[in-house]
Amino acid sequence: MEAKDLTPRQRMQIPRQSMPEQKPEIRRTNFNEVPLGYDEQTAITEADRCIKCKVPHCIDGCPVNIDIPGFLELITRGEFAAAARKIKETNVLPAVCGRVCPQENQCEAVCVVGKKYKPVAIGRLERFVADYERTHNLVVDPVKPKQTGCKIAVVGSGPAGLTVASEMARRGHQVVVYEALHQPGGVLFYGIPRFRLPGDVIKSELEYLKKMGVEIHVNTVIGKLATPAELMKDMGFDAVFLGTGAGLPRFPNVPGQNFNGIYSANEYLTRLNLMRADRFPEAITPLHCGKRVAVFGAGNTAMDGARTSIRMGPESVTVYYRRTREEAPARTEELEHAIQEGVKFEWLTAPLEFYGDDNFFVKGARLQRMKLGEPDESGRRRPVPMEGSEFDIEVDTVVFALGFGVNPLILEAAPDLKTNRWGIVEADKETGMTSIDGVFAGGDIITGGATVILAMGQAKIAARGMHNWLINKKGLDMPRELPPESATHAKSKTAKV
Amino acid sequence: MHKIVYKKELAPKTVMLKVEAPWIARKIQPGQFIIVRLDEHGERIPLSISGWDAEAGTLRLIVVGVGYTSNKMIALNEGDSILDVVGPLGRHTHLPEGGAAVMIGGGYGTGAIIPSALEQRKAGRRVVGIVGARTKELVLLEDDLRAACADVFVTTDDGSYGRKGLVTDALKDIIDNEDVGAVLAVGPVPMMRAVSELTKPHNIPTMVSLNAIMVDGTGMCGACRVTVGGKIRFACYDGPDFDGHLVDYKELTMRQRTYLKQEAKAMEVFNRESAGRTATP
Repeated sequence: MEAKDLTPRQRMQIPRQSMPEQKPEIRRTNFNEVPLGYDEQTAITEADRCIKCKVPHCIDGCPVNIDIPGFLELITRGEFAAAARKIKETNVLPAVCGRVCPQENQCEAVCVVGKKYKPVAIGRLERFVADYERTHNLVVDPVKPKQTGCKIAVVGSGPAGLTVASEMARRGHQVVVYEALHQPGGVLFYGIPRFRLPGDVIKSELEYLKKMGVEIHVNTVIGKLATPAELMKDMGFDAVFLGTGAGLPRFPNVPGQNFNGIYSANEYLTRLNLMRADRFPEAITPLHCGKRVAVFGAGNTAMDGARTSIRMGPESVTVYYRRTREEAPARTEELEHAIQEGVKFEWLTAPLEFYGDDNFFVKGARLQRMKLGEPDESGRRRPVPMEGSEFDIEVDTVVFALGFGVNPLILEAAPDLKTNRWGIVEADKETGMTSIDGVFAGGDIITGGATVILAMGQAKIAARGMHNWLINKKGLDMPRELPPESATHAKSKTAKV
Repeated sequence: MHKIVYKKELAPKTVMLKVEAPWIARKIQPGQFIIVRLDEHGERIPLSISGWDAEAGTLRLIVVGVGYTSNKMIALNEGDSILDVVGPLGRHTHLPEGGAAVMIGGGYGTGAIIPSALEQRKAGRRVVGIVGARTKELVLLEDDLRAACADVFVTTDDGSYGRKGLVTDALKDIIDNEDVGAVLAVGPVPMMRAVSELTKPHNIPTMVSLNAIMVDGTGMCGACRVTVGGKIRFACYDGPDFDGHLVDYKELTMRQRTYLKQEAKAMEVFNRESAGRTATP
């Protein structure tokens, strides 16, 4: 039967198409990507599950408001590259987002099909079309729009910075991105492991940005080389976007936390992902990965640390978390992948002290069992130590994934920047502008640590705010742009039954 | 890419390089440092700066070949390039005012104290320099230091040049003879520790520049964490200078040894690579 003739009921009865993956026993020995992606027919079948709602909630469920029914429709017609371009109208990093977005809490969470059956696998399809376009060399060079003559600086080349860069370039502004590390991409590169997000995928999306006219300067520490004020006053930038993230690691503040072999997740993952310590000594950055690895924390970063460790071939990798699996902030998929790959979990357990050997290397830890008490300000039940439950473990590598603070380097260079008591930058919810005129911010620097797609959503808001601000400031002959609520449903006209 | 425009051998396995990095050269202040990565497979290592020329856009580095990367770096020649140079990182050296400032350098650290010595002298302060080395041929940059200081004392372990003894012997005499308001010591950890132990009973403010292992250099990873006054500080971001009387030197020394095994393995690779280079006609 032709897919076009399907009734909504028939569409919903098509089972959600599974995506093949590397088998756990194989993938735990390599750094290749775990999910292998849909093939063309599977993608079409999955896209056929969309019932083309008159009011597509999925668009509102997406922090960057991708025209989801629109691109699914193109997939059902086999127009895969066109589907990718449809996404790129609103999201310049589809191959990244298709891989790392928590769709189960966003577009797929509100998918109407999902009320009775499993939701349409929007994330997998986003990934499929982006990969299809890239691997078939169908990426069309972007058309450079008429230039406005405005010049903006983007500080940080993570998800927020790259999104602002593309959004502003698309509106005809000249964009220069400054990155402190030697590789653009921020957390996409140094944080997220290759088996979740291959470097080639990021590099290709960066190439696309460069073709839009965006300049990217690496090894450039804004805050030290120039303050945000100097960027505007001395270097000719009309506006500045701060997207420097929340890369300040937290340590648990317990005795022995500085023994050798004890890492912040940031350091551990940077050594492996950015510096390729897994290939030592071909790549010359070393890492100490012992036989027993303990990871503390249960967010996505902890899962990245644990799953990366497994691939280094130790005897055991164990995740310790002071709450239960219910409260673990990691995506379900990440937890499941970790379990499949042999990562062990000890819930309701917190570190009290670490022990070292004569050479100052960590050799053990004293841990304590917890129970859940009353909810704290985050609404999660507070872990309470259980007296007399202390016990010791042997361990030779420790990774702390206990969350992040805002990196103060840029804040110090902009003392007028208003922050809250945790050092998180305050930015207007509707425009993204900070307390400094012309300086905008988005991503983890205004949340203190969230997801790639939320950072991108905020970056889109800031880009619009910045664009409108420039129109005013420079008297540009361009229409002011409205938030997308009103535009959302108009955009979805392609999806009408 | 950052071109090496000048190279001079100062001592065995010790070179002075001038490297193009115009923006950094315009912004850097005494005490700040850079991170370099030589090539695509390279590691990121922190290096102190012994001077700069904002007009020429160059940084002057003193590099001692101790590990894989530094040995590879001292083998580079004029005209060669370094892939990544990042900076300026860390903070401007701050020394309390009043009395003479004593600048103490050991090994590569002699280079690192020169910018601070010049700055203090320019501010009208009496600056005294001390250079320590094992033996005469390892005494670095004596002339540069003399140009920046009112007096310079040289000590060698074997007495082959200057005074026989340690930098602390020279420092002791200076403290006995004049009003010392601040000490800056840069060099091997045992030297910085000994200097701090000597000045503590005299209550002389003493800053030491800590060469912890680093990765990003911007406070993002915590590799360089040190304990100062019982608190965790990041050498790259909060430092590299800290109050020498509060530093946990034992921890620093042990943490610097984290990768001894891997460094030995990397040196095998280096030796193989350089044997390969010499064998090529």
